[in-house]
Amino acid sequence: MNYFIIGFYALLIGVSSLAAFYQKRTAFLLLFSLTLVSFVMGIVGGEGMLWSVTILAGLIAFSAGVSFSFREFLVILLPPDLAKTMRAAPLTAGFGLFVIFTYAISGIFAPIIAPYGEAEVISSAFAPADENMLLGADQLGRDMFSRIIYGARNTVGLALLATILAFAMGATAGLYAATVGGKLDQLLSRIVDVIMSIPSLIFSLLLLSIFGTNTVTLIIVIAIIYAPRVFRLARSVGGNVVVMDYIEAAKLRGEGNWYLIRKEILPNSSAPLIAEFGLEFCFVFLLVAGLSFLGLGIQPPTADWGSMVRENATLISFGEITPLIPAGAIALLTVAVNFVVDWMLYMSSGLKE
Amino acid sequence: MSQDKSILLNIKNLVIEGYSDEHWIEIVHGIDLTLHRGEVMGLIGESGAGKSTIGLAAMGFTKDGCRIGEGSSIEFDGMELTTTPQSDLQSLRGARIAYVAQSAAASFNPAHKLIDQHTEAPLQYRIQKRLESQEDAMELYERLRLPNPREIGFRYPHQVSGGQLQRAMTAMAMACRPDLIIFDEPTTALDVTTQIEVLSAIRDIVDQFNTAALYITHDLAVVAQMADVIKVLLKGDEVEEADTRTMLEHPQDDYTKSLWAVRDFKKEQVPRPTDSGPLISVKNVDASYGDTPVLHDVSFDIYAGMTVAVVGESGSGKSTTARCITGLLPPSKGEILFQGTPLPPDYRDRTKDQLRQAQMIYQMADTALNPKVKISEIIGRPAAFYSGLHGPALKNRVDEILDLIELDPSKYYNRYPPELSGGQKQRIGIARSLAAEPTFIICDEVTSALDQLVAEGILRLLDKLQKEMNLAYMFITHDLATVRSIADEVVVMQYGKVVEQGPKDVMFTPPHHEYTDLLLSSVPEMDPDWLTTLLEERGVNDMGEVERNNK
Repeated sequence: MNYFIIGFYALLIGVSSLAAFYQKRTAFLLLFSLTLVSFVMGIVGGEGMLWSVTILAGLIAFSAGVSFSFREFLVILLPPDLAKTMRAAPLTAGFGLFVIFTYAISGIFAPIIAPYGEAEVISSAFAPADENMLLGADQLGRDMFSRIIYGARNTVGLALLATILAFAMGATAGLYAATVGGKLDQLLSRIVDVIMSIPSLIFSLLLLSIFGTNTVTLIIVIAIIYAPRVFRLARSVGGNVVVMDYIEAAKLRGEGNWYLIRKEILPNSSAPLIAEFGLEFCFVFLLVAGLSFLGLGIQPPTADWGSMVRENATLISFGEITPLIPAGAIALLTVAVNFVVDWMLYMSSGLKE
Repeated sequence: MSQDKSILLNIKNLVIEGYSDEHWIEIVHGIDLTLHRGEVMGLIGESGAGKSTIGLAAMGFTKDGCRIGEGSSIEFDGMELTTTPQSDLQSLRGARIAYVAQSAAASFNPAHKLIDQHTEAPLQYRIQKRLESQEDAMELYERLRLPNPREIGFRYPHQVSGGQLQRAMTAMAMACRPDLIIFDEPTTALDVTTQIEVLSAIRDIVDQFNTAALYITHDLAVVAQMADVIKVLLKGDEVEEADTRTMLEHPQDDYTKSLWAVRDFKKEQVPRPTDSGPLISVKNVDASYGDTPVLHDVSFDIYAGMTVAVVGESGSGKSTTARCITGLLPPSKGEILFQGTPLPPDYRDRTKDQLRQAQMIYQMADTALNPKVKISEIIGRPAAFYSGLHGPALKNRVDEILDLIELDPSKYYNRYPPELSGGQKQRIGIARSLAAEPTFIICDEVTSALDQLVAEGILRLLDKLQKEMNLAYMFITHDLATVRSIADEVVVMQYGKVVEQGPKDVMFTPPHHEYTDLLLSSVPEMDPDWLTTLLEERGVNDMGEVERNNK
């Protein structure tokens, strides 16, 4: 029995008693079950296990703290009406926003933040981490940390552009189909069905091997693959809006289709479209990473998280976590974006309380 | 059944709070209510008066985001509902307290047969076996005078009419023979002729089983027929309570008197102008939705500066006629003339000026105004679109129109429709049609979604605008009280045909066409004996029902 273990249990029991005293039901249940679980874990795993529990709890508490302060920071900065929605946002949304913000900063200021260039060979292959290289070197001796920073710019930037393009095409076509209806709607919908019936990875492989792999083609190909999903959503949401009386009133006024889409339908279908934007962004992101992993995405020596996983994959057999770092970066951003999207869906669904 | 008159429901100092903008706001401020067994209490007031909230609270229930405040007491048959656990409350609901909602169509599950939904509660509470319960349901259907009581239960909700559905819902509420039923505006969504059937059915069944009821409505004439006691509510406060006859004859409070006086508004009837032809004439119009014919040989004229009311039950083709005039539904035969020249049948072929002349005001202001567009733009757009105004001239025009509809421009200029009340929204709808500077406006049930006081304000406004701008109105409605107050001429429609038409004074004095007579006599009056007398006159079997069966 050392002081750590005694302290560990004393703290847990003390805090759960406090929670019980102040009638914080959920907090008490959580803490006390953690206490009970740690008894078992302490017996099975010993002190090491308890340390990992402590570190995990510390990490969660730390990210909660960061999310909380970031949310408060936004509340202070934003104009009053936005600040009000922000104050009501859950902590997970704060966390998501914080992560996205961090990625954006590192992407935009990559050349300033990164200590070395993305293609600069500074060491021997697979060199371990030292005071120069925070995360060690990759298979060619380039600094892993710098490449992660540059990767944020390349991978996220590309995914963002592709998603925006996909939305511009899909939403415009979808809302137009919903407004006009009839033969044009049928034609567009059937084209979309055809595109959707081909598995996206195979379709993109096909297109990329026909048109060659460069950034512009990549963006256009991904946009074409994802636009149909947006089209479907926009068409169905738009379909619910076009039957409203105010659309009839605008039609009777003699307004053109473009005005109807822009001024009357789009503002009323933006909420689900924005939420879908977040989701699609994650999918696009994963597709880009997948394509890079297959060697058809962003071409070397440009840093990109997907290809970084592939290039360093051999290291995993030596028990190194290096290939997991870019994978973790992808996972973290996906989780963060989904947190924000969940929050937006919650707001747009009108469920309050 | 014993005619026990003991106290059933005793609500004391009921406070209900709602959560909005991060604060708890009191929406019902300390209401006391006592209801005896077998008694029907009418709760009346405008929307926002807290009627429905109190009705729900009588079941120990509050909507999401609401809570019952400290110090409130709701005692149901000796049981304190505010402290009863949820599980016990749930077994109370449906079994001993039942609820009948405004829209039966929205409250029935469209995927199950009526009788299966009826027997759900008795089976759940193990009061009856399935067959017993079905037998009981048929008996109730018979008592509620539903046609084919033994078979109607095996239909799906969409296979029966709105009035029948509302009665089936009442039957469902009676399934467990509850002590208390809460009726939340059960007839508001129905036509006058159907309303009578439902009202008399509800009244009989409540009487037969000695059930107590809370009857929530904003229609005074209806509550006069149904309730023993009336309680008037205003913004979560009680205004007064008295038994029905006293209340109708000697209302004490000014607010109550104003409610009673609403139906007094009557505009002067204008004769047809002799010097000019009709502004709009509908000539022998036939129309159909797909293969289903809806209109048969409809013709009538509308002169400048006059109001033509088109009345009839739902499904009679009133709104379809309007769609033909606006060009949304090109007629299959016949034509629409504007000042003697035919209009193109499809609105897409009409010129901007032709479109400008005929404007529409919709029933549901909620769906008629784009919630994401500012008031200034909703009104400004037609002005800019037709007259090419922009910049300060446009702003002046919008201010002018807002003044016309009696809303303060500085206050409403930058607001969005969801921030407005129902009456204000309807005013914005009127403003939008005025902004086009039309000569003719179609008003499609513009007041039927509004409270009586607000509706009267809208009618007065429409009348004022008509005098100032010499507008012609086509006024579609099923409410004959509205027709009485605003119309110059009346067109009665049934099954897509014009049954009778003429000036209002002629139409409202006998002899009537048979159908006009049915419509007229079905409008509830403030006399508490009206329903009883009417039913006696018509014989117990309801005329509306008889007619529909004969069809």
